[in-house]
Amino acid sequence: MTASISPATSDKAAKVMLWLSASIAILTLLFILGYIVIKGLSVVNLSFLLDSPRLSGAEGGISPAIMGTLCVVTVALLAAIPIGIGAAIYLTEYAPECAATHIITFGVECLAGVPSIVIGLFGYAFLVIYLGFGFSILSGGLALMFMILPWTVRASEEAIKTVPQALREASLALGATKWQTVSRVVLPSAIPGIMTGVILGVGKAIGETAVIMFTAGSSLLMPTSLFDPVRVLPYHLYILASEGISDRMAYGSSVVLLAMVLVINLAAITIQWHYGRHYVRN
Amino acid sequence: MSEIEIESRNLDLWYGSAQALKTITMAVPEKKVTAIIGPSGCGKSTFIRCINRMNDLIKDCRVTGELLFEGMDIYGKDTDVVALRKKIGMVFQKPNPFPMSIYDNVAYGPRLHGVTKNEELDRIVEESLKAAALWDEVAGILDRSALGLSGGQQQRLCIARTLAVEPKVVLFDEPCSALDPISTAKIEDLINNLKRDYTIIIVTHTMQQAARVSDFTAFFLLGELIEFGKTKQILEMPERKSTEDYITGRFG
Ligand SMILES: Nc1ncnc2c1ncn2[C@@H]1O[C@H](COP(=O)(O)OP(=O)(O)O)[C@@H](O)[C@H]1O
Ligand SMILES: [Mg+2]
Repeated sequence: MTASISPATSDKAAKVMLWLSASIAILTLLFILGYIVIKGLSVVNLSFLLDSPRLSGAEGGISPAIMGTLCVVTVALLAAIPIGIGAAIYLTEYAPECAATHIITFGVECLAGVPSIVIGLFGYAFLVIYLGFGFSILSGGLALMFMILPWTVRASEEAIKTVPQALREASLALGATKWQTVSRVVLPSAIPGIMTGVILGVGKAIGETAVIMFTAGSSLLMPTSLFDPVRVLPYHLYILASEGISDRMAYGSSVVLLAMVLVINLAAITIQWHYGRHYVRN
Repeated sequence: MSEIEIESRNLDLWYGSAQALKTITMAVPEKKVTAIIGPSGCGKSTFIRCINRMNDLIKDCRVTGELLFEGMDIYGKDTDVVALRKKIGMVFQKPNPFPMSIYDNVAYGPRLHGVTKNEELDRIVEESLKAAALWDEVAGILDRSALGLSGGQQQRLCIARTLAVEPKVVLFDEPCSALDPISTAKIEDLINNLKRDYTIIIVTHTMQQAARVSDFTAFFLLGELIEFGKTKQILEMPERKSTEDYITGRFG
């Protein structure tokens, strides 16, 4: 045994250590952001955002990749939100307390832990080949939906559970049916929480290159239908960098991708902040 | 004595294996205020939550015996619970307005039951808020969130919301226990006015409140109905020793 350290000293030591950890985390973030922005910002201008790429992306802009990303994410959201909310409503409000329910919940948890490359391969085998959707916005969007579904279900479940039981009772006591109660009281109160969770899921999913490169394709043409292949932004920058096409353009694409993620997260925070005050009472 | 609105005959209730109500037999008269008193945990809430089948929400809750509303078996096989709850409203211990506007809170029930015309909703909202003695305070702010009201106002809003579906019976479960004395007095006045049109059952933990608002009083103890009668008689000359002990504050 060493001589015992006084509580005051260990308190100070702990404070320093914690401060150090926090600083490292923040500095890392700032370093990455700074590095990418410094290397890439000079490339980003209006024509970079609006033009089509030339010479495999070495010249020109990235508009098809931006468009492709937005399309794939939109499809994923449109599919994940109703399914996720529906599953969450079932699990929280309707499902009996039984083994089957626990297994479903556990299954959702497991889906959240499946590596994205596996989901990508599954999407390729099932959506691209078996269902014949080919490399397309639809395949990419649905594969991405598998990625964000667990998030959506979880966020929705959490949000639904925070709605006070007293509100359900109030509604039922007025002669509402269960579905009227869920759709008119529970869901409206839970929507902000659900949206926050879903948007954070999207922010995470938008960078999931592995899922999308197996399903959405890598076309640099502007898509005109759901069945057209697209190249999403993270895959575009991966190709630019890994095939040595243009580092400059890769950093430029990174800046745009980062900006998109930032905007998405800000949207989530805004919703949470705006509606968070709802729950203060009751 | 007036007509009987609600009648319970040998009503037993179990939460799992724990019996919470034991052979409750009692008749609640129409358009009177019936108070239920007794120490906490004696089954007061459990009893009134049988009357609008709120106990259905609780897993493992089992009821036997008879409970009649206008002669109809509340726990009957083909009882329409939704229709029953429309006729038997409930005001809860803690004010529980919906996170919506004041107007939408009151209009919630009528809308559920198919009222869509704006003029009619306007009329129902105004009448219900007047009946709940809240109209004067909120007439100009109907579109504000109900959550901005004070606790007492919220509770009167919940009463208005209940009246808006035109029930015949209103169950109150300790409606003033979260309120200050002034709000409490307002709600007691309100209940005294409401009994002209509604049958009222109110759970209360204060004998003073029972004395102020009720015509009849039931004293519950450990899941049993010990004594039921005119409030004056129960409070002034109870027949049973345990009622007297409770009223004189020897336990509770
Ligand atoms: N949901 C429930 N599950 C199990 N037991 C309950 C439940 N609600 C109430 N009880 C029990 O039933 C008894 C009566 O409770 P309650 O009706 O709430 O009493 P009171 O309203 O008179 O205070 C108490 O012993 C309580 O613990
Ligand atoms: Mg109670």
